[in-house]
Amino acid sequence: MKHPPEGIDQGRRALLGVAVGVTTAVVAPGLVLHAAALPSGASAGAQGTGPVTDSVRWGLLIDTSKCVEGCRACVDACDRENGLDLQTRPAGQSARAWADQKAVWVRKVKLADDLTGRVTNLPLMCQHCEHPPCVDVCPTGASFKRADGIVLVDRHTCIGCRYCMMACPYQARSFIHEVMHDQLSRVPRGKGCVESCNLCVSRRDHGAPSTACADACAEAGHHAIVFGDLKDPQSAISQALKGLPNRQLREDLALNTGVRYAGV
Amino acid sequence: MKRIVYREWRIPAARYWGILGILAAVVGLGGLAALYLEHGGHWVTGMSNSVVWGVPHVFAVFLILAASGAINVASIGTVFNKDAYLPMGRLSGLLAVALLIGGLLILVLDLGRPDRLLVAMTHYNFRSIFAWNIYLYTGFIVLVIAYLWSMADRMGAPFKHPVGVLAFVWRLLLTTATGSIFGFLVARQAFDTAFLAPMFVIMSFAYGLAIFLLVLMFSCAQDARPIGDLLLQRLKNLLGVFVAAVLYFTLVYYLTKLYGAKNYDLVGWVLLRGGIYSFTAWVGWVLLGTLVPLGIIWHPVLGRDRRWIVAACALVILGGFAALYVILIGSQVYPLQIFPGHTVVASGVVDGLRAGVARYHPSFPEVLLGLGGVAVALVITAVGVRVLQFLPESLADPEESAPVGPGALKRFSIDEAAAG
Ligand code: SF4
Ligand code: SF4
Repeated sequence: MKHPPEGIDQGRRALLGVAVGVTTAVVAPGLVLHAAALPSGASAGAQGTGPVTDSVRWGLLIDTSKCVEGCRACVDACDRENGLDLQTRPAGQSARAWADQKAVWVRKVKLADDLTGRVTNLPLMCQHCEHPPCVDVCPTGASFKRADGIVLVDRHTCIGCRYCMMACPYQARSFIHEVMHDQLSRVPRGKGCVESCNLCVSRRDHGAPSTACADACAEAGHHAIVFGDLKDPQSAISQALKGLPNRQLREDLALNTGVRYAGV
Repeated sequence: MKRIVYREWRIPAARYWGILGILAAVVGLGGLAALYLEHGGHWVTGMSNSVVWGVPHVFAVFLILAASGAINVASIGTVFNKDAYLPMGRLSGLLAVALLIGGLLILVLDLGRPDRLLVAMTHYNFRSIFAWNIYLYTGFIVLVIAYLWSMADRMGAPFKHPVGVLAFVWRLLLTTATGSIFGFLVARQAFDTAFLAPMFVIMSFAYGLAIFLLVLMFSCAQDARPIGDLLLQRLKNLLGVFVAAVLYFTLVYYLTKLYGAKNYDLVGWVLLRGGIYSFTAWVGWVLLGTLVPLGIIWHPVLGRDRRWIVAACALVILGGFAALYVILIGSQVYPLQIFPGHTVVASGVVDGLRAGVARYHPSFPEVLLGLGGVAVALVITAVGVRVLQFLPESLADPEESAPVGPGALKRFSIDEAAAG
């Protein structure tokens, strides 16, 4: 080890060294964790990692003519993506109660037209309303809409009043009725809070191109769900919406939903 | 007017502690229920993702309505200058605060995260009527305490009238906001009408007065303090007017709903095909909670019998619970209309989206939590009248008034009662 040259203030050097060391010790684990949280294939420089802006509006188009009866690919994929498959029925709870109380983010709905009897199948999830009633009524502001149109619940400020669930016209929200044992770090969940479809927000923030449900639907060969940026006229979803007659559910409420349906 | 003397409740200590003991036991059970609910989570309740507000909300809303109704007696005295009501002003204020605290306690303990009460008090979304309510409720408590002070303290006397007016306006706002919690829910067919706000106001008049009458009659009877026949006739006639008004509002509420053809099914379900909900609506709300008490109140003989007046008040309270059960829970059980013109054949999971209606069976802890809130309100009232001067020595009719006879009853008939 060389001796330090003369004239250098050893005391200041030591101090700086400590400062750098402390900073590194505090910041580095965060960086490492952040990197670890990135899904494989997404790099820190990928699209979507910047601040969330309103230059995009994420949405889904569901082509019910392609949605197949009995297929649950989207539901299962959502459950896996968000750790809903890790939910366990509390000891002593009946199967019926569990069916009513467990969290469900996407439901597979089968409809029959009252007049014609025509049967339609579709997945129903949070519609990511532009004017979300759930956000309006939430007393603490825990329900909020991001600039990119995704409607979320802040798990730290939700007090579990369930007013948002009363207000949602699509029954899209679930309340966590029981103690959580297992969950994914990217989708924090906790007893007593409300949650709903988040348009795979962790994928959004890491620049992944699609949602779990859309991917699973395509993988199953149905291609009934298209995900994309509603504001980009070139996006697949905008192109599809242009060509396909489609509507919002409960159009009468004028919520300008981010999820659109063709064929209902 | 003769001087009003207020005195603490001087019933024998053993009886007082006995009453308190029973109430404390119910409070304790309610507390245990809340702990149990908190520890395990809401899966121990009958609530689900379809019926998110259950029996605790029925109790809480009932108590909150009754709280704002209970202050009316004080308002009639100070704001509308009816001297006969003045001696009851203090009890009216005490009961209002007590009922509100009981109701709010239930609401808070039923939250998914009651430990985050501080969050609720530091984060406000001012577009939420819930957030306004936090101010309206706390403001009401502060105002009524000030009102009580102005009624009890010589120094406060000059403020009695203005504070009384403010409290009256505030209680109207408060109940309007409580009704609006439901009325603003555009997504739910049974709600989605501003009409619920005035309907809740009139309900609060009836339920608050019924509870007030029971508490007044009980606490005076225990301490052998007289209540004049004339005064009692006035109060029960007033109750009759309020109960009749609730009936009228109920009628108009369902007619308003029927005005939109899309709601035929909803109204038909509530009134005819809703099973336990139709039964509760007709038997609990309309028959036992409205028509029978009205029959008693206006009956020439029964209406003068104190035991029957007590029965009428109890029935009005029962009817209130029935009404709120149908309004709050029935409206959630009835499926949301997401796909008009279609029948939902299957919805992936068994829930409110399926073709039929959702299930809800109140669980024991929920009921206990609700009863605990009622008991808290009664404990506050009992301790209040025991240690402070809330109850007047005597509510006997003034000497100069005519003896109670058919003529007297006629004088205090609907018009007068309506005018308060
Ligand atoms: S669908 Fe429901 S939960 Fe989703 S944004 Fe709209 S109101 Fe909120
Ligand atoms: S349950 Fe949570 S997210 Fe929903 S309204 Fe209440 S505080 Fe807001």
